[in-house]
Amino acid sequence: MDTVDLVIKGGTLADGTQADIAIMGQHIVDVSQSFKGETKQTIDAKGSVILPGLVDLHTHLREPGREDAETVLSGSRAGAKGGFTALSAMANTSPVADTAGVVEQVYRLGQEAGYLDVFPIGAVTQGLRGEALSEIGAMADSVARVRVFSDDGHCVSDPLVMRRALEYIKKFNGVVAQHAQDPRMTVGSQMNEGEVSARLGLKGWPAVAEEAIIARDVLLADHVKSRLHICHLTTAGGVEIIRWAKARGINVTAEVTPHHLLLTDDLASSYDPVYKVNPPLRTESDVHALREALADGTIDIVATDHAPHPLESKECEWQEAAFGMLGLETALSIVQKTMVDSGLMSWELVAERMSHAPARIGGYEEQGQKISKGSFANVVVINPTKSWRVDRDLVLSNSSNTPYHGHDLPGFVEHTFFKGKHTLINGSVAGKEAI
Amino acid sequence: MRHLLSIADLTKLDAISILDTAHELARVSDGAVKKLPTLRGRTIVNLFAEDSTRTRISFEAAAKRLSADVINFSAKGSSVSKGESLKDTAMTLQAMGADAVVIRHSASGAAQRLADSQWMSGSVVNAGDGTHEHPSQALLDAFTIRKHLGLGKSDLEGLTVAIVGDVLHSRVARSNVLLLSKLGAKVTLVAPPTLLPVGVESWPATVSYDFDSVIPHVDVVMMLRVQQERMTDLYFPNSREYSRYFGLNSDRMNSMKSGAIVMHPGPMNRGLEISAEVADSARSVITEQVTNGVSVRMAILYLLLTGSSLEAGSN
Repeated sequence: MDTVDLVIKGGTLADGTQADIAIMGQHIVDVSQSFKGETKQTIDAKGSVILPGLVDLHTHLREPGREDAETVLSGSRAGAKGGFTALSAMANTSPVADTAGVVEQVYRLGQEAGYLDVFPIGAVTQGLRGEALSEIGAMADSVARVRVFSDDGHCVSDPLVMRRALEYIKKFNGVVAQHAQDPRMTVGSQMNEGEVSARLGLKGWPAVAEEAIIARDVLLADHVKSRLHICHLTTAGGVEIIRWAKARGINVTAEVTPHHLLLTDDLASSYDPVYKVNPPLRTESDVHALREALADGTIDIVATDHAPHPLESKECEWQEAAFGMLGLETALSIVQKTMVDSGLMSWELVAERMSHAPARIGGYEEQGQKISKGSFANVVVINPTKSWRVDRDLVLSNSSNTPYHGHDLPGFVEHTFFKGKHTLINGSVAGKEAI
Repeated sequence: MRHLLSIADLTKLDAISILDTAHELARVSDGAVKKLPTLRGRTIVNLFAEDSTRTRISFEAAAKRLSADVINFSAKGSSVSKGESLKDTAMTLQAMGADAVVIRHSASGAAQRLADSQWMSGSVVNAGDGTHEHPSQALLDAFTIRKHLGLGKSDLEGLTVAIVGDVLHSRVARSNVLLLSKLGAKVTLVAPPTLLPVGVESWPATVSYDFDSVIPHVDVVMMLRVQQERMTDLYFPNSREYSRYFGLNSDRMNSMKSGAIVMHPGPMNRGLEISAEVADSARSVITEQVTNGVSVRMAILYLLLTGSSLEAGSN
């Protein structure tokens, strides 16, 4: 064998075996107990966990339109820091990603940034208005090869529009990612409806507004035999409906965000809008149901719903503040804390839920591959025993709205490789010149 | 205690101390010269980012009777209506040297945001934040109840109070449930199910949908204002039906216990939640609530700005 570019030595793969991983060019060229060949560079990964590069199916990169909150480049760097090798850019930009032109622009910006794959998500409807279908076919056929369509931020609430979208995307095996929120039931809603909202006098966002849409949409997906994905599931009742739908063989997948696996609605008691997010933080029993569902596969993936906002959108009254929180740089740590350290999930399942499955759902063929010879070298090296303190002033995102400021989180992402490029080196994101 | 944001932050002793102080200060209001020099040289800003007449005037009168300098900063025509952020407004007030800010705001939690932020260092008094709380109103209500029915006791042990109407959107109801129960009263909330919040089960109060079955058993009937905008929002079929089931009219008033009183935080919708006959009846203590409001707000400003007996037992 020729001299390889780099060997990751002695790390533990998701299945628990120890291996050396040799990378040359864009690919993994060898996975063995002990690499015998020549290498230009070696990384000692003893004690570290090696996972395939993480794939996020739900990211708000804000470009075009709100570059003050995030750009494709700044979001890509935040992604690399968090161990991601692919992000899915949500369509609610300005202009909305509802034409081939916009998705190609975002795709190109991702390529130029070069830290990871940026897969644009196309809007289901023009301008996210929920009325007329956007140029779904043109976006699918564009250079960006869009397969995931979502009006995220808005629900495709009209059942006929939803039905048509589900049918139309069958042409190219697409998927509709639904933001399940009945708009009539959530006018002006601020937080989970329950004891805490009653006390705080904040308008409630009832669980049933999510569950009713999920129930309708799994039935629609069944009827037209199409593929449905439920964004950011937050309720125990939603979990039950997905479980029922899967048992019936309905082609539905679901995601949960890291913050919904950890945080609860009582945090709103501070009226600090850093905890304001849509869908809202729910109760302790919802959190437990979500964890269980992620462990047993009812929920297929973790997706960040990374939602950067500029300072002034959060430094204000709760009801004036924007919905959303950062997620890319902390996602893996939160999953380790809530799922791995609690004994609910193995690292192998983390690889499935954060890499293989999201890549499969999105149709990202060059992502989420097993760590084995011939695969693209998308690799993340994690030190599971090292904890780190989140500092909102040090995040790589252009925004600082992380709900974990000052928290000590387990699991430190040390290295990220994107198609052989070393994008995160000992916890530091590589400079643009090196990419 | 530096701020008054929520009744939840007060101990029973804190609350009684405010009521007792108000009782002492009421004598000033009864005198020929209605003024004390206590807060001379201190600046109190009334930051009213939401329309309000009676609460602002009440706080203004209270501050002036304590000889404080009062600056009124109201929404209309001010920078607030020009889209200035709460942060910038607060920093402006800080720069002007406000010792206390009395804030009325349409956003729940606005007072707490102001108090928790680093934007200003003065005391914050919540004069009503969205649909969250209105602690000075609850304190003046408790003061009024104690005066009429307290039998010389310091608390409200053994009394029963019905709070009737739009509990869901009422900051007055939230503060009163907390305060009256803290002082030992038994509170019953009476409302159509649509106007009670999901989660009300966790409140220290019982719930009834039947005003007629509650009214003969309570010492106090506290009516809540029904906002005009509720009429079109499916909370009840129409205003006549609301009145029929939840309005306080003469017939219902006649079934009240002897000595029981009628309260309303104002402004009233005569003919909707309360009939004119009831509002003007001998049982009504509504104008007295307004009078007592000044004394209670004097007590609040006095205790916050002189830092006396409220220190113990509070945050």
